[in-house]
Amino acid sequence: MNDASVFDELPGDLMIWVLIVSELLVFGAGLAAFLAVRITDPAGFATAQDALHRSGAGLNTVVLITPGALAAWALRLHEGARRGAARLALVAAALLGVVFLAVKSAEYAGKAADGIAWDTHPFFTFYYLLTGFHAAHVLAGVIVLLLVAWQDEARNIEAGAAFWHMVDLVWVLLFPVIYLLR
Amino acid sequence: MKYETQKIALAYFSVALGLFLIQIIGGLLVGWVYVSPNFLSELVPFSTLRMLHTNSLIVWLLLGFFGAAYFLIPEEAEREIHSTRLAYLQLIILVIGTLGVVVTYLFNLFEGHWLLGKEGREFIEQPVWVKIGIVVAALIFLYNVTMTVLAGRKTAISNILLLGLWGLALLFLFAFYNPDNLALDKQYWWYIVHLWVEGVWELIMASILAFLMLKLTGVDREVVEKWLYVIVAAALFSGILGTGHHYFWIGTPGYWQWIGSIFSSLEVIPFFAMMAFAFVMVWKGRRDHPNKAALLWSLGCTTLAFFGAGVWGFLHTLHGVNYYTHGTQITAAHGHLAFYGAYVCLNIAIFTYALPILRGRDPYNQVLNMAAFWLMSGGMVFMTFTLTFAGTIQTHLQRVMGEYYMDVQDQIAIFYWMRFGAGVVVLLGVLLLLYSLAFPRREIISADASVAAE
Repeated sequence: MNDASVFDELPGDLMIWVLIVSELLVFGAGLAAFLAVRITDPAGFATAQDALHRSGAGLNTVVLITPGALAAWALRLHEGARRGAARLALVAAALLGVVFLAVKSAEYAGKAADGIAWDTHPFFTFYYLLTGFHAAHVLAGVIVLLLVAWQDEARNIEAGAAFWHMVDLVWVLLFPVIYLLR
Repeated sequence: MKYETQKIALAYFSVALGLFLIQIIGGLLVGWVYVSPNFLSELVPFSTLRMLHTNSLIVWLLLGFFGAAYFLIPEEAEREIHSTRLAYLQLIILVIGTLGVVVTYLFNLFEGHWLLGKEGREFIEQPVWVKIGIVVAALIFLYNVTMTVLAGRKTAISNILLLGLWGLALLFLFAFYNPDNLALDKQYWWYIVHLWVEGVWELIMASILAFLMLKLTGVDREVVEKWLYVIVAAALFSGILGTGHHYFWIGTPGYWQWIGSIFSSLEVIPFFAMMAFAFVMVWKGRRDHPNKAALLWSLGCTTLAFFGAGVWGFLHTLHGVNYYTHGTQITAAHGHLAFYGAYVCLNIAIFTYALPILRGRDPYNQVLNMAAFWLMSGGMVFMTFTLTFAGTIQTHLQRVMGEYYMDVQDQIAIFYWMRFGAGVVVLLGVLLLLYSLAFPRREIISADASVAAE
């Protein structure tokens, strides 16, 4: 079976890539649905969007992509036989993930204080669904990073970093489309 | 047959095939009520006939799964089943329970009794005592096969089969929870109905299919296992939150419309992967297995499951579409081809593969068996088309034009006649299949049938 070799060249495990492709399909479909519904009510969507905290989300973008760099760096450290430093980088990445979740919680608390819920406007249905679903993945990513810091074979770190990059990628798409797009 | 206890499967398959015939006859009766509405209405009401049609289907499919497990687990684990006696006890409990349901409903015994009377929730209509029996039987089964696997070789196929069967049994426990609130009732009810057929049953299907591919095509186990993991991951990823496509209009919050639409759209992927898997394995396989009929049923299974469950499911799974098509004949079209393709064909594939081995005979009556495949599948596909056309017209007249339900039913009667014709063809196919499986050519090539069949 020489066709299996194509998949064998993927960093990490084949299954993590199956998961990543599945996740991208889901978030892609969610964003497409958001944009489609937005066409039906551009003014309502723009007004609703003004209730969001753009600079907070911008700050969170930096908080989120730094762990991606740390996880990638951890793999290099690990390959350079600096196992302790690699684990430290992974734990630091996980901690930044927790910071992202803290900022996100503050954001949700702010919305709740303003009396904004998922059914206030279709915009917020998608806002809560997409960012909430994404936040759940950040939480999963934090756990994954800690797991691969503990069981730190190169293959595991590759899989963990790949998962985190997917979480980054999704946020980098969600942030402009939901928070910034006018 | 390598292991003596694989014989247990013979009893399960026999009962399953008997119930299959009852299911099809029940289906024809229900189909006749559609064209002649007062037929049997005094003797056996439509709701009871329909219950018999669907419940006998579910029970025989389950018996087929149990039998398949008893057949393939000894080969995978490389040891005999833990206890033969328990396996037969389990079958006896299930048969008594099934008879109990039929008798209770036909004569409406113990009406209103909490333990003995009818329950009346679609598909889980069994009286409570039967439900308890089902749980006891499932526990016996899980104990029996888990002990076998734990003591023997552990393979991806048996692990995923066990995962599916454990999930099946645990999810059934929701049958005992029946909240007064109708929305909550339905919410939990789907935990059984949806998470069975679009969740754990897919694991069972994929693992049995993987076993068949391994035996029929001779492709390396490593390759089969890689496919199996991908299929199972895709099935669970899409299927679990795909439950949301049942939460569009039952009173659950509106965000389920998007969760259900998006995730259930992806449910087509595992079915496509299973079809790709089966065909790729056949192309790559070097083995020319004599049991061509089992291969035909396996390939037919994945193809018709892809169309019936995948394509016909997607057809009405987006909530914007489902707003109009919900509960029309579109649903019936999808239900018929999905169950036939995914689970009926799968069971017949493993029966066709295993029965010659179990009965110590050369793969027999291949031509009759394959003719039965084309009759049954042709009938089911035709039925699916007639119901799809009926459903399309029904959706327009009833949901768009706002005509009354029964007025619309009169206008689509022609499709119900054609559906009944398709049902007759399916029955002929089933009779032919039963004959080809039960009355083999009496020719023994080798006393050790596994030699000829491997």
